Amino acid sequence: MVAALRKYWPLHLMILPGFLLVLVYSYGPMAGLAIAFKKFMPSKGIFGSPWIGMDNFQFVWSLPDTPQIIRNTIIIALLKMIAGLVAPIIAALLLNEVRKAVFKRTVQTLIYLPHFLSWIILGGILIDLLSPSQGLVNRALGLLGIEPIFFLGDNRWFRFTLVFSDVWKEFGFGTIVYLAALTSINPTLYEAAEIDGANRWRQTWHVTLPGMLPIIVLLATLSLGSVLNAGFDQVFNLYSTPVYETGDIIDTYVYRIGIQKAQYGIATAIGLFKSVVSLIFISISYFLAYRLANYRIF
Amino acid sequence: MGVRMSRGYRLFSVMNHCFLLLLAIACVLPLLHILALSFSSASAVTAGEVTFWPVDWTLASYENVFGKKEYLVAFWVSIKRVSIGVFLNMLLTILIAYPLSKENSQFPGRTMYAWYFVFTMLFSGGLIPWYMVIKDTGLIGSIWALVIPSAVPIFNVIILLNFFRGLPKELEESAKLDGAGYFRVLWRIFVPLSMPALATLLLFAVVGHWNSWFDGLILSTRTEQYPLQSFLQTIIIKLDPAYLSSRDAELFALMNDRTSRAAQIFVAAFPILIVYPFLQRFFIKGIVLGSVKE
Repeated sequence: MVAALRKYWPLHLMILPGFLLVLVYSYGPMAGLAIAFKKFMPSKGIFGSPWIGMDNFQFVWSLPDTPQIIRNTIIIALLKMIAGLVAPIIAALLLNEVRKAVFKRTVQTLIYLPHFLSWIILGGILIDLLSPSQGLVNRALGLLGIEPIFFLGDNRWFRFTLVFSDVWKEFGFGTIVYLAALTSINPTLYEAAEIDGANRWRQTWHVTLPGMLPIIVLLATLSLGSVLNAGFDQVFNLYSTPVYETGDIIDTYVYRIGIQKAQYGIATAIGLFKSVVSLIFISISYFLAYRLANYRIF
Repeated sequence: MGVRMSRGYRLFSVMNHCFLLLLAIACVLPLLHILALSFSSASAVTAGEVTFWPVDWTLASYENVFGKKEYLVAFWVSIKRVSIGVFLNMLLTILIAYPLSKENSQFPGRTMYAWYFVFTMLFSGGLIPWYMVIKDTGLIGSIWALVIPSAVPIFNVIILLNFFRGLPKELEESAKLDGAGYFRVLWRIFVPLSMPALATLLLFAVVGHWNSWFDGLILSTRTEQYPLQSFLQTIIIKLDPAYLSSRDAELFALMNDRTSRAAQIFVAAFPILIVYPFLQRFFIKGIVLGSVKE
């Protein structure tokens, strides 16, 4: 033990600062989850406040909004997962058919860009772009004789707007892993297919897609873990009271109850529910990824 | 390959190029519209004359924006947070990734440490306990609240440790034989050889800190402590009435005027647009090498 420490102390020393920071700011809040089972009183702090068992959870379940919010979260998250999986695959397959390197690189540079802009910037842009009175989109629709659509204020359109803008932001960046997988496909497979008389369509179907399949399976299983992540940054910056019915999600709800109304116990209880369900889904997804794609995190 | 292209495939190829071009344009067109708005006169914008090219070219909106002390203060807070935050991110990423890139036999305890860090990606305390820990450690209202709690980017650590593992083992072994210690091996061999990966992580860290808005919003005690993105959140996304009444009428005009809003959005996106092309050529290589393992 002492000998091991003498030999490896520089490695332990390297980890120490990060270890302590994570202990305080990641594991500290986990200990703070105790608030979920307490009647929080600011004067007594987390540890002095009295235990009340499951009262906070029962209260949350009795709220009329709760089922709606869980449903919104899952629907938005699932739609984003599916669209977010399919769009980059199609884009990568199409890019793969481009032979001119300059054209390909230019397209790649442009479609990666939105990924790097915050939802504050994109929110500001979308609010302007989608405004029913002056926005560019409704001006264009007006030319086609379509009545203005209030994309961000109409419950029939809000989820669509969320999913569409999220895919628009992320599909380009999502192509990176698929394009990488495509470059690792052995070129002799294409040659063999061509000798066997396969045209481009059949080559795509029988060589390209099977070559991408492992990474598709991997990303599909890993995305399971975000079944309750509907995207706080996006929703928070685009939603408003009229669209709570279709757009209010767990994270925005926790923010309003916890930070705005200072109901710490209740907000923490909802947060704990989300964390536990997410942990279960992430564990399942990592297990599946390990079994199906031999994936290890580190 | 592709020497004998059927007529059907050639038709597809033409349409494919057109489609991809449209797709690429669709990704930047909204930004171009905002840029055009910001350089146009307010009257042209109100009349709905502006699409993708400025009408009645003017810099009035930018004079407006940069003439506002609040905007410059927020800009400065953002620069401070990016500088300190990115430095901490990179330093800690390198220091943690190196020991974790070893096999458990080369560094007993490595797997335990790795799970210790990875578990925080799987489970979290959630918003309220996170907020209370930051409050209890006395960071609220200072710049440190924006850089200390997020100082260890676990995702970046994993990318870098996988990259480190791909480097030839012989280099480290021969350096060890020459008497180099772990720190020396890390700084003199691993870091210089990992420039593509480090450039990628630098881009992620800069973008992450520049784009963060939520922590600034709830961990500040006064509006002068807001970084730019948090400031913009309160100005162009959610008009907070309480916030409004505490400010002058000029600021109110700034919020309502569409050209000024556009200018503020564009200025906030500008630093990203500047660093992105330089680091972009690195990041594809960096991500791929960091995420694909043998």
